[in-house]
Amino acid sequence: MRTPPCLLSLTLDSAVHNLSNITDLSPLPDHILIELFLRTLRTGKLTERVLKLFIATGKDEVFSLIQALNIQVTVTPVLPTSKLMSLSIKDDEIDIVIGALRPDLTSFMNEWRTIFSRFHLIIVKDPDLKEELKIPEGFNLDVYKKPDIDRVVGTSTSTIFSGYSCRYFGYLVSRKKYIISVDDDCYPAKDNKGILVDAVAQHITNLTTPATPFFFNTLYDPFTEGADFVRGYPFSLRSGVQCALSCGLWLNLADYDAPTQALKPEERNSRYVDAVLTVPARTLMPISGINIAFNREVIGPALLPSLRLGGEGKFRWETMEDIWSGMCVKVVCDHLGLGVKTGMPYVWRNDRGDAISSLRKEWEGVKLMEEVVPFFQSVRLSREATTTEDCVAEVANVVKEQLGSKDPMFARAAKAMVDWVKLWKSVGSSTSSPGA
Amino acid sequence: MAEPATATQAAAPAVSLLKDELDIVIPTIRNLDFLEMWRPFFQPYHLIIVQDGDPSKTIKVPEGFDYELYNRNDINRILGPKASCISFKDSACRCFGYMVSKKKYIFTIDDDCFYLGFCYYGQKLNPLIVLMGDLDTLVQICVAKDPSGKAINALEQHIKNLLSPSTPFFFNTLYDPFREGADFVRGYPFSLREGVPTAASHGLWLNIPDYDAPTQLVKPLERNTRYVDAVLTIPKGTLFPMCGMNLAFNRELIGPAMYFGLMGDGQPIGRYDDMWAGWCTKVICDHLGLGVKTGLPYIFHSKASNPFVNLRKEYKGIYWQEEIIPFFQQAVLPKDCTTVQKCYIELAKQVKEKLSKVDPYFDKLADAMVTWIEAWDELNPTGPVPNGKAA
Repeated sequence: MRTPPCLLSLTLDSAVHNLSNITDLSPLPDHILIELFLRTLRTGKLTERVLKLFIATGKDEVFSLIQALNIQVTVTPVLPTSKLMSLSIKDDEIDIVIGALRPDLTSFMNEWRTIFSRFHLIIVKDPDLKEELKIPEGFNLDVYKKPDIDRVVGTSTSTIFSGYSCRYFGYLVSRKKYIISVDDDCYPAKDNKGILVDAVAQHITNLTTPATPFFFNTLYDPFTEGADFVRGYPFSLRSGVQCALSCGLWLNLADYDAPTQALKPEERNSRYVDAVLTVPARTLMPISGINIAFNREVIGPALLPSLRLGGEGKFRWETMEDIWSGMCVKVVCDHLGLGVKTGMPYVWRNDRGDAISSLRKEWEGVKLMEEVVPFFQSVRLSREATTTEDCVAEVANVVKEQLGSKDPMFARAAKAMVDWVKLWKSVGSSTSSPGA
Repeated sequence: MAEPATATQAAAPAVSLLKDELDIVIPTIRNLDFLEMWRPFFQPYHLIIVQDGDPSKTIKVPEGFDYELYNRNDINRILGPKASCISFKDSACRCFGYMVSKKKYIFTIDDDCFYLGFCYYGQKLNPLIVLMGDLDTLVQICVAKDPSGKAINALEQHIKNLLSPSTPFFFNTLYDPFREGADFVRGYPFSLREGVPTAASHGLWLNIPDYDAPTQLVKPLERNTRYVDAVLTIPKGTLFPMCGMNLAFNRELIGPAMYFGLMGDGQPIGRYDDMWAGWCTKVICDHLGLGVKTGLPYIFHSKASNPFVNLRKEYKGIYWQEEIIPFFQQAVLPKDCTTVQKCYIELAKQVKEKLSKVDPYFDKLADAMVTWIEAWDELNPTGPVPNGKAA
């Protein structure tokens, strides 16, 4: 006759069964704790949460077991990849463009590895950066450096790609439908549940579901799971329009200007707002270049390097190029009936730079916005502008006429926009690959 | 796991904000037992109860509340022939309460709340369920908790929204810049950072979302479990569907625009009262440079109204809104409309001109809009200046 299981054994089995209700293991005597650990392993119930419970007891035996068995806390699985499949977007329709303003991309690339490694990457090195780039192995990528940029656009033109504007070169040479672009000081963020945010999947979801710019939905994005159009939303507007641009947000170091950050040096953005919403038509906003994605086929030429501050520097606080470009994009989208979304995905933006020393450089940009905003709010494009290139050319014209005389910076920007359209038409149609 | 809730669980705020400046307006046709449950939150405030339906019925108000109650006879007596603009047998009658209030701020809420004291643990929420009903059916409204576990005092959040500026001229990507932990982002012009006064605060609903009848029929099981921790200003020039379930506004700034239209008994349409008020309000706010916020606070809405009943009330509205919305989107108010009343009269004129052809109802509605303003001005005369002359 088999010996019936002892009381301790039954208790341990019951404990393993009820692991989800247990919040503290420290009262357990060591030998029971170890036995429980082994049984948990044997029954396959060791999850990250349970592992943390055991680790929290602080018992050496537990640690040595963990080490001996080489148990590792795995990176939380990136869940939305299956959603990406169901949207029938092929990986080869996407390019991830990274502007490298710092030479060592090792930790950046490694943090993003689980999300980026499926896709083709275009890394564009800031032509002003002297050091060699350090990029870890295991990615499918093309790297473009100053000589490559010179070769493609000519040495005189390559200056437009200095600093943060180097990413535009990546947009120019890409041949993919969707582009996702993140600053090199941003890492994947975690959502309110502690799950790693797949920024790529969220951007793609934003770009491939309709936008609703003509009427505001109070439950935000009606196409997201668990939401819909609210009572009072006209049915004729419920099919929405194509989304051309997806603007993400930032946890930790938000995209504040230098004066704000200098005033509140300790302020960090910890509020994860679980929403995507369409920016209404004719509403303008500051579109940050730190975390964006767009449909290159539809809106490519409108993202452009053109406004360069006199004292532009290598910190976001010291630039306005993306804000200017964003105004153009929004005006063009509004004119062409395309949508712009804002909200998720979040990225985690690392602390970098000193706001106070940047104050001097960005002040110029801050002053400019007083002119720039009313100007763009008043721009109206003609009926004949039916393509993105035409729209950009028209905006450039209006910039030259109305703003050119106020500040030479605007006149230069207008010219740069016109040149960009030409460049897009010529380079955009030929193939290119980085030199040896 | 059900637990009877105690008063401490629904802890009243230590300081009742604006208690001498805010009225709570409640339309009712049944009884006011729900007030017992909201006592910790509502007792400091003055209530205006608008009793719809049979005026011979006595509605008992729980002890200890400071209130005025108006039934249909009172409405007729006070407004005389102008009483025709106040809807009968529809919660739209609540706007009478806005008219007679003497306070600066209004919070409006539906009737029939019972405190069941349910405490369950949802995904992120630990709501205490309070049963509330509107005129058609019982609606449960919870005093919800935010994801950190703090009980949400919806009224307090509305007051915060109303007391801080709005930013309708330029969109801030980090939403309300006046909230703790947020600010204006890079590129936001400094000249626009002062903002404008906030006229209305539009809260949202967890669990049963405010869907129209067709959507309710297609998705009867859909629940809104997403707590979006944001308040944002609805940009100028953008219209939105304003739901009256969880709404607060500055009566001094926008009161006359909060007319909830002709609904209910004898009218061809229902469930568009708040929509109509919202479109008028937004157009006028945009014209006068006032702000409207949406987002927090959330209330917990637990029982949906009958979608078939709703469909019968709404279906005309569903067709008509295709005309109404372009009308409001294109409405332009002349520069000399410098007060809410003037804007509203002008809107009424345009409604008569442009929407009467959609249905004769709009002709009646336009007249009622004018009657409303006349009644409003009668009950809210601008006082004489100190030397005795009229303003």
